Amino acid sequence: MTDVKIAARDVQVYYGDNHAIRDVSVDIKDKTVTAFIGPSGCGKSTFLRCLNRMNDTIDICRVEGDIAIDGEDIYDKRVDPVQLRAKVGMVFQKPNPFPKSIYDNVAYGPKIHGLARNKAELDEIVERALRRGAIWDEVKDRLTEPGTGLSGGQQQRLCIARAVATEPEVLLMDEPCSALDPIATAQIEELIDELKQNYSVVIVTHSMQQAARVSQKTAFFHLGYLVEYGETGHIFTNPEDPRTESYITGRIG
Amino acid sequence: MPLLWLVLTVLVLAAAGFAMGRGRAMASAGGDARRMHSLPVYYGTNVALFVITPALGLLLLWLLVQPAWIENRVSSDIPESAIGESSTLGLVMSDVRRIADGLDRAVAEGVIGEDEAREMRTEFTNVRDRLGEVGVALGSNVEAPILFAAQQYRQMSATGNLWMTVAVLAVAMVGFAGALVLTNKDYRARNVVERGVLVILIAAASIAILTTLGIVLSMLFETRNFFSQYPWTSFFFGFEWAPDFRGNSSLSIIPLLWGTLYISFIALLVAVPIGLFAAIYMSEYAGPKMRSVAKPLIEILAGIPTIVYGLFALITVGPLLRDYFAMPMGLGESASSVATAGVVMGVMLIPFVSSLSDDIINAVPQAMRDGSFAIGATHSETIRQVVIPAALPGIVGAILLAASRAIGETMIVVLGAGAAAAQFNRGLGELVNPFEAMTTVTVKIVSQLTGDTDFAAPETLVAFALGLTLFVITLGLNVLALWIVRRYREQYE
Ligand SMILES: Nc1ncnc2c1ncn2[C@@H]1O[C@H](COP(=O)(O)OP(=O)(O)O)[C@@H](O)[C@H]1O
Ligand SMILES: [Mg+2]
Repeated sequence: MTDVKIAARDVQVYYGDNHAIRDVSVDIKDKTVTAFIGPSGCGKSTFLRCLNRMNDTIDICRVEGDIAIDGEDIYDKRVDPVQLRAKVGMVFQKPNPFPKSIYDNVAYGPKIHGLARNKAELDEIVERALRRGAIWDEVKDRLTEPGTGLSGGQQQRLCIARAVATEPEVLLMDEPCSALDPIATAQIEELIDELKQNYSVVIVTHSMQQAARVSQKTAFFHLGYLVEYGETGHIFTNPEDPRTESYITGRIG
Repeated sequence: MPLLWLVLTVLVLAAAGFAMGRGRAMASAGGDARRMHSLPVYYGTNVALFVITPALGLLLLWLLVQPAWIENRVSSDIPESAIGESSTLGLVMSDVRRIADGLDRAVAEGVIGEDEAREMRTEFTNVRDRLGEVGVALGSNVEAPILFAAQQYRQMSATGNLWMTVAVLAVAMVGFAGALVLTNKDYRARNVVERGVLVILIAAASIAILTTLGIVLSMLFETRNFFSQYPWTSFFFGFEWAPDFRGNSSLSIIPLLWGTLYISFIALLVAVPIGLFAAIYMSEYAGPKMRSVAKPLIEILAGIPTIVYGLFALITVGPLLRDYFAMPMGLGESASSVATAGVVMGVMLIPFVSSLSDDIINAVPQAMRDGSFAIGATHSETIRQVVIPAALPGIVGAILLAASRAIGETMIVVLGAGAAAAQFNRGLGELVNPFEAMTTVTVKIVSQLTGDTDFAAPETLVAFALGLTLFVITLGLNVLALWIVRRYREQYE
């Protein structure tokens, strides 16, 4: 049995007057893939963004409750959100490589956080990250070309490599395959499966099949509530809450 | 018929056409608008367009062609002997036009009758005195062939105008009748009006383009005149600007271009950092409230007339720079200086740089910033390493546009930097001293063309060569800037 990586208790999120997340408590385990599913607008992304404090960048957003990573409250005053985000990496829905070379895209995080003492070390970090992102073989001869010139699937893997370059412990992915074709999606799913050996991965997805394929745990959100959370196999075959069942069988969505 | 009346008549015809076209279409559909192909208003507009467009088009064409044609006919009748030793056909023709105008005025004021104006002979009347009575002053006594030409000129203009009125009204009537006959409930008035609108829009666009073309052509023509009197090598590669209307001038563009570029450089040195930082603050840090107040305030700067900036340079910035920088450092004692004009021009350019850069920075996708934040970059790291590089091509475009503004600026330079061209023979020290008075291409264009000028002398014509060179430079900058901006736009579409 793996231990708890992220513990959230009674989390509330407000966008101005809009109460977007209500009373969410969840334990996310280490070295596991956890899927967040639910209809659009139910708050999956919002909750995901609480985990690396990306909501801090939205002026009107207010977060209440406790979220702890490794037992440490990440909303504590002493925690620097900027440091936190190096530890909790994030991959977005649309691939968003920087308008820089492939190498600089990956080296960006390590440079900012001073992870490399010299060029050789940086090269090493970049290579390792690109290998973890399963894209090294495709780009090793064109590291100086712009990252924006890659295909959509390659860009997304580059973004994953960029996120793992700072050696995070948690990797958050917000619908990472929704802008990709089936072949690129399959590659990313394979990659997620490998990543779980080192990281705790949380993935938001709209595809039930994807959740079933890649995750061990699944959380179903509805209208801001966490309705049901449990083993993926269990949720998909034997949901306890009628709302979960309706969603899975396609009656709400 | 005077022009105004003619145009008004056409417009009244068009209004009548509108009402009748609409009525006729309605009648043919038995008063039920649903059975017509188009809305009733289209039938009316259709008739009105058929009245106005051909009639006014013909009028415009006639007005353009008639004077040239008459001039041509009249001038071919003037005998060689009437064009004196020291005169030209052009000068004689302008006398002819003056006398013709004077006769018109005399008739209008009732000083002489129409018959008298036609039959007047130099042998019996002192034309100069006669016209003097109605306030038309002539330089010398009028000779017989000139008076005859003027009378001919009047005659032809009168006939021409009469025919023009007839022709325009005829075309309007034909359009009126033709469009009205075609009007019935199945006529596709909507489609025809659509095409008419297209024609009007194209005409407007062509006028804009043709005007630009006309400007360039007239500049080219005068520039060619200049280069036929002054060697182009000395113009482009000489180092001295010393015009002298008695002849023997040195007219090289380099000292002026140096002033232009130096002042523009200082202006950009002021405008680019301030404008860019203001844009970054506006787009990245300022809240919506701050933004809604500060952005218009910055843009007010763009609305200040340049002459006001010039006054500011003259009475405030110039003396300030002289007293606190130039004099203590022993670099000069003139309030007019490159630095004065440059700094003030820089202030003028701030809104250019800031508002364009602001738009461009805002166009950088939020996803780009999110990606950087998610890696743990701070706000300023994100701006420096992600946002600015992404926006760079657009920002360069904005700077180039500001540069072409700076190069074309005149008023601020006259009042801020003076009117003395850079002097290359006094050594490099004076050339690069920012507290030295200097001047630019635009200022010299103005000064060569104002005052008592002779449009045949190279000292005057040089203005056109300067203007054309400047035009080519700023055109190049603008094309480059637009090209860069467009390439950048494509990147994020
Ligand atoms: N930046 C924002 N500003 C205001 N409201 C937001 C913002 N992001 C999301 N919301 C609101 O929060 C709710 C949850 O949205 P989101 O977390 O994006 O849902 P999901 O990712 O499950 O589709 C929605 O009602 C949405 O309108
Ligand atoms: Mg979402």
